[in-house]
Amino acid sequence: MSPRRTGGPLALVPILTLGLFLLPIAAGLVGTWLPAFGILPSLGGTEPTLAAWQRLLADPALPGALSATLISGFGSTLIACAVTVGFAAAAHRTWAYRQATRLLAPLLAVPHAAVAIGLAFLLAPSGLLLRLVSPWASGFELPPDVATVQDRHGLALTLALAVKETPFLLLMLLGALGQVQAPQRLATARSLGYGPTVAWLKTVLPAVYPQLRLPIYAVLAFSLSVIDMALILGPTAPPTLAVLVFRWFNDPDLALRFVGAAGATLQLLLVVAAIVLWRLGEVALARLGRRWIAAGGRGGSGRVGRLGWSAALFGVLTLGVGGLLVMALWSLADRWRWPDALPASLTLDTWARQVQRAMETGWTTLALGLAAAGLALLLVLGCLEHEQQGGRRPTRALWLLYLPLLVPQVAFLFGAQVLAVLAGLDGSFVALVWSHLLFVLPYVFLALAEPWRRLDPRYVRSAQCLGAGPLGVFWRVKLPMLLRPVLFATAVGFAVSVAQYLPTLFAGAGRYATLTTEAVALAAGADRRVVGVYAFLQAALPLLAFALAVALPAWRYRHRRALQ
Amino acid sequence: MSLELERVSLSLDGRRLFAPLDLSVPPGEVVTVMGPSGSGKSSLLDLLCGTLPPAFAAEGRIRLDGLDLATLPPERRRIGILFQDDLLFPHLSVAENLAFGLPPQVRGRRARRAAVAAALAEAGLAGFEARDPATLSGGQRARVALLRTLLARPRALLLDEPFGKLDVSLRARVRSFVFSHARAEALPTLLVTHDPADAQAAGGPIVRLAPATAERSGPSASVG
Repeated sequence: MSPRRTGGPLALVPILTLGLFLLPIAAGLVGTWLPAFGILPSLGGTEPTLAAWQRLLADPALPGALSATLISGFGSTLIACAVTVGFAAAAHRTWAYRQATRLLAPLLAVPHAAVAIGLAFLLAPSGLLLRLVSPWASGFELPPDVATVQDRHGLALTLALAVKETPFLLLMLLGALGQVQAPQRLATARSLGYGPTVAWLKTVLPAVYPQLRLPIYAVLAFSLSVIDMALILGPTAPPTLAVLVFRWFNDPDLALRFVGAAGATLQLLLVVAAIVLWRLGEVALARLGRRWIAAGGRGGSGRVGRLGWSAALFGVLTLGVGGLLVMALWSLADRWRWPDALPASLTLDTWARQVQRAMETGWTTLALGLAAAGLALLLVLGCLEHEQQGGRRPTRALWLLYLPLLVPQVAFLFGAQVLAVLAGLDGSFVALVWSHLLFVLPYVFLALAEPWRRLDPRYVRSAQCLGAGPLGVFWRVKLPMLLRPVLFATAVGFAVSVAQYLPTLFAGAGRYATLTTEAVALAAGADRRVVGVYAFLQAALPLLAFALAVALPAWRYRHRRALQ
Repeated sequence: MSLELERVSLSLDGRRLFAPLDLSVPPGEVVTVMGPSGSGKSSLLDLLCGTLPPAFAAEGRIRLDGLDLATLPPERRRIGILFQDDLLFPHLSVAENLAFGLPPQVRGRRARRAAVAAALAEAGLAGFEARDPATLSGGQRARVALLRTLLARPRALLLDEPFGKLDVSLRARVRSFVFSHARAEALPTLLVTHDPADAQAAGGPIVRLAPATAERSGPSASVG
């Protein structure tokens, strides 16, 4: 009886969004698989052949690359998961818990490359940590000749990935906790005599894990295929698999493109196998867990665990924040000889010399980030509005949005570039924004969907009955009431765009330099002061975006108590 | 000006929520609809507002002033509704909330401001324009919510258990405030509640939603 809104043009948004996503990924995967089997007409490959695979499997670098990849990928994901779950289980409702949750969002904003560079400044043989203990405790008069970064097994890379991903997983966990009535579950278990940590593990973890699953898979896929952090902290001879593939794609010898394509396909297989393996591990652990729960052990006060896991988490957070501070200090250092713990004097010279080029790169980064985040916001709002105005349930097909987080970048960006060349978009700003959008949009959706769906629908009904049409409801009620999550999601999207390394190189065809590509390039050997400038700016831009996203609604609604 | 329901019923997943309802609400009269929770009371109001979720199917005919409402979107039906919560928009001041309800036909900043001020003064809230709704007392918020609804010049008023959350000492005062305004503006008013005291205070006829008989609603009768 009521007129059904079909949504009109809004109905096109989810289709358009999925198209924008699936097209480049599908084309990119196919465009990588074909050359892996010898088909790439532009380079003379017309006959199917297994030559690239034979060359790949015979490569002397492959075994070492695989081992470093598996160690850093699985190692970092396991550490991040353990610290996240351990801390949440052992330290919930403590002072440390509240402090940690405040530090998370800013650390999340810092791009991967900046975290890696900061850690390199801390951990390197000439880095701050050794300076602090030399020579009085360590006895080193010169930086020791041991590989504490870029080590053969990828341990430094493992640590850096864990530092970067722990805040992400913990933030996802905190979000999920709100939806499972954790306090009631805990109270019930505690009243049955369970200690706090065991109560959490037995009643809350099984409920929140399903919502943590996708973020964990994303972390696993990312850690197994990361490039920018591996270039800075990973082993070099041989490097990780993703870096090896990346080198082949960039080799002047065009014949190696075929080997690169085969390697990229292997990378995809590796990630798929890793996720399957993780899933099997979940099943096995769940079975053991059930038995553990049925056994009825109550657990103790958990005091030792609380201290241990809090220390682990704060260790991780301190490494992240410490790295940022050292970067800033290096950019201001005048003379800083080994083993001095502090520079002899500070100067703005480095900044003065770099400011012009840094500004240019900074503007590109800013424009790109704003374009990608703005576009992502429009599409996400369109999808969510379409869902709500039709009274639909959350569309299942939208899980496809998370595909770019699970498929390794290096496995489809080469093929997507081939597509971009064919479409004449290669190296254009449009292609660049599009490539960033693939990774920005899932995070914007992740950040905005929950608050948007949670808004009391009776506000909308009230507004409608007061005479406001669909547009009026959107602009005058929903958007202002949800200003805070909207700006937060935009800041998340902006931070994701700033952090992109590989898409910028591939889609930009080397014509666009961002703060991230510059910082990674410089980290390979430039003066630490210059690296410090770029890495600091790279971290500062997203932090500024988050600060604005918090400050603007706080100022706008300073006289509105219900929105503070 | 009256609200007429003719053989109206609702079903969800093919299950009918209540037996077909015939009802006429004359201007200035408050008709109370009662029924246990889950009987479809609130959904009935959604149907009248035009905000029924698509999962529901509706049958029957609804007329306001003889005009069939079926084809009108919610914003053009001019049916005011009050919920259990006041739902004042938290991002707007009291005056901005009221101006949200005021139709655009009241033109000019001065005229709109005067209309808002007059409404506030009449409700004993003079000078409250710049206040943050979150700083008002429960009774004040309930009054502002009613004013906002009335300023939109509705042709009918729906009340969805609007007194349920007020404490007992306030309830009687807010009730008489709402009912006296509805009568003064000669609005056909439909009150949905499960509190017999509300129904008694409304003073009008009481309709009980009869549970649907076992029959399944046939698609042939659907007007939706």
